[in-house]
Amino acid sequence: MKLILTVNGEIHEVESIWEGESLMHVLRERLALPGAKNACEQGECGSCSVMLDEVLVCSCLVLARQAQERSVVTVEGLAPPDDVGVVQQAFIETGAVQCGFCTPGFIMATEDLLRRSPAPDDAEIREALAGNLCRCTGYEKILDAVRLASARLGAMG
Amino acid sequence: MVRRQGPRRRILPLLEATLQPRDLADALAARGAHPTALPLAGGTDLMVEINFDRRRPERILDLSRIAELAGWDREGDELVIGAGVTHARLEGEMGGLAPGLGMAARTIGSPQIRNRGTIGGNIATSSPAGDALPPLVAAGARVELASATASRSVPISEFCTGPKRNVMAPDELITAVRVPVAQGPQQFAKVGPRNAMVIAVCSLSVHLDAVARTVRTAIGSAAPTIVRATEAEAFMEGVLDERGAWERPGPLPASALARFGELVAAAARPIDDVRGSAAYRRHALAVLGRRTLSWCWQEHRA
Ligand SMILES: Cc1cc2nc3c(=O)[nH]c(=O)nc-3n(C[C@H](O)[C@H](O)[C@H](O)COP(=O)(O)OP(=O)(O)OC[C@H]3O[C@@H](n4cnc5c(N)ncnc54)[C@H](O)[C@@H]3O)c2cc1C
Ligand code: FES
Ligand code: FES
Repeated sequence: MKLILTVNGEIHEVESIWEGESLMHVLRERLALPGAKNACEQGECGSCSVMLDEVLVCSCLVLARQAQERSVVTVEGLAPPDDVGVVQQAFIETGAVQCGFCTPGFIMATEDLLRRSPAPDDAEIREALAGNLCRCTGYEKILDAVRLASARLGAMG
Repeated sequence: MVRRQGPRRRILPLLEATLQPRDLADALAARGAHPTALPLAGGTDLMVEINFDRRRPERILDLSRIAELAGWDREGDELVIGAGVTHARLEGEMGGLAPGLGMAARTIGSPQIRNRGTIGGNIATSSPAGDALPPLVAAGARVELASATASRSVPISEFCTGPKRNVMAPDELITAVRVPVAQGPQQFAKVGPRNAMVIAVCSLSVHLDAVARTVRTAIGSAAPTIVRATEAEAFMEGVLDERGAWERPGPLPASALARFGELVAAAARPIDDVRGSAAYRRHALAVLGRRTLSWCWQEHRA
């Protein structure tokens, strides 16, 4: 059976998939969207985070079939090609990106947080990012990035 | 050497087409017709097993589209919580109705895990470290099971029979869990190496019922199943009655809190494992016992 799903606003049809396949695998290997990163495949690192019907999820733990006729947003869908969004820009400016492997997951989790809570305090930021691991930055710059993005989005109203 | 292999590095057995019923009646019919099909809700337990080739079900029965499982409601003195309700919703919506369950839900995994993981999946997995289980045991919840032809209701303490073992039949699904509405303060506390994303080293629920004047406890991750500390409960009920404390709630003597903690620890049957030693678990449970009871009592006095 065909897999039909919307990704970043575009409807995709995948001819055939293995029935045990994860959404992450479909995004990366069949739709050529490598933004969601594959690191642990067990929900521990958050690098594969995407929005599924506007809910932040680990795409490695979603059976691809569960996304049938649903809407997925990946990091590639946050801004037009060759452009970056406010959250992405804040990560670049604060030095929150080193090797960059964890970045798409942190960006998605930050987008989700700021949508729910536009002016989060530090405890809230930490709790919201608790499912994302970074092996490079030591997290401080990532917290800076979230604060900066929150301030800018607040100023933009 | 044991080395994990991701799905794309090995030849995979074909799975039969995934079953995706849209309502509960269809799901129960599918469950009866395909007893080897494995139910899948949020996938936070099961997808890990599939990704790591630990499990190859012949088929998957996807429960994520069934509206009847996805809601919760109040029926008189009980909450009827659908099996598909996520931990994120329990965290955000239980409020004063089942505060212990809400607190426990908040300690599960990360936002991503809580957004997907369900209470039904937690119950069906029946891990002694399942964090939704202690508050359900302390509250005296009942698990609602149904097959295509019958339904039954099993006390949660009888549902789980050992680590990852339970009384659910191959043609049954968990449809809901019935939880008595809280009649007093409830607390849940969990010990682990960090404040998120940890499997409990041990955990404890303490519930006070100011109407029935009872104290209820449930210990997680320190025995093959969730266990109540019934001696600790009886001891504390005795202390509260003797002092007339339910009518005139004064401070509790430190000696009574300490004794309560000791009796909680004594009820556990912990083992040494990678997460902690049996001795550490007992020590931690005594501390959790004292703390959670004093938090409950402070709230009751306020
Ligand atoms: C990174 C990570 C962190 C985690 N942290 C915690 C934690 O801190 N505390 C904790 O308790 N758990 C934790 N878990 C485990 C898991 O998230 C929970 O147990 C969750 O509640 C499982 O629910 P699910 O809907 O995802 O289950 P699924 O994975 O979909 O299913 C789990 C099992 O339940 C069965 N099942 C599901 N629904 C039903 C039903 N309605 N009827 C019959 N059978 C059913 C399935 O067949 C399967 O055997 C964690 C998992 C991950 C990946
Ligand atoms: S790859 Fe999905 S959480 Fe790590
Ligand atoms: S920047 Fe390298 S893992 Fe985070």
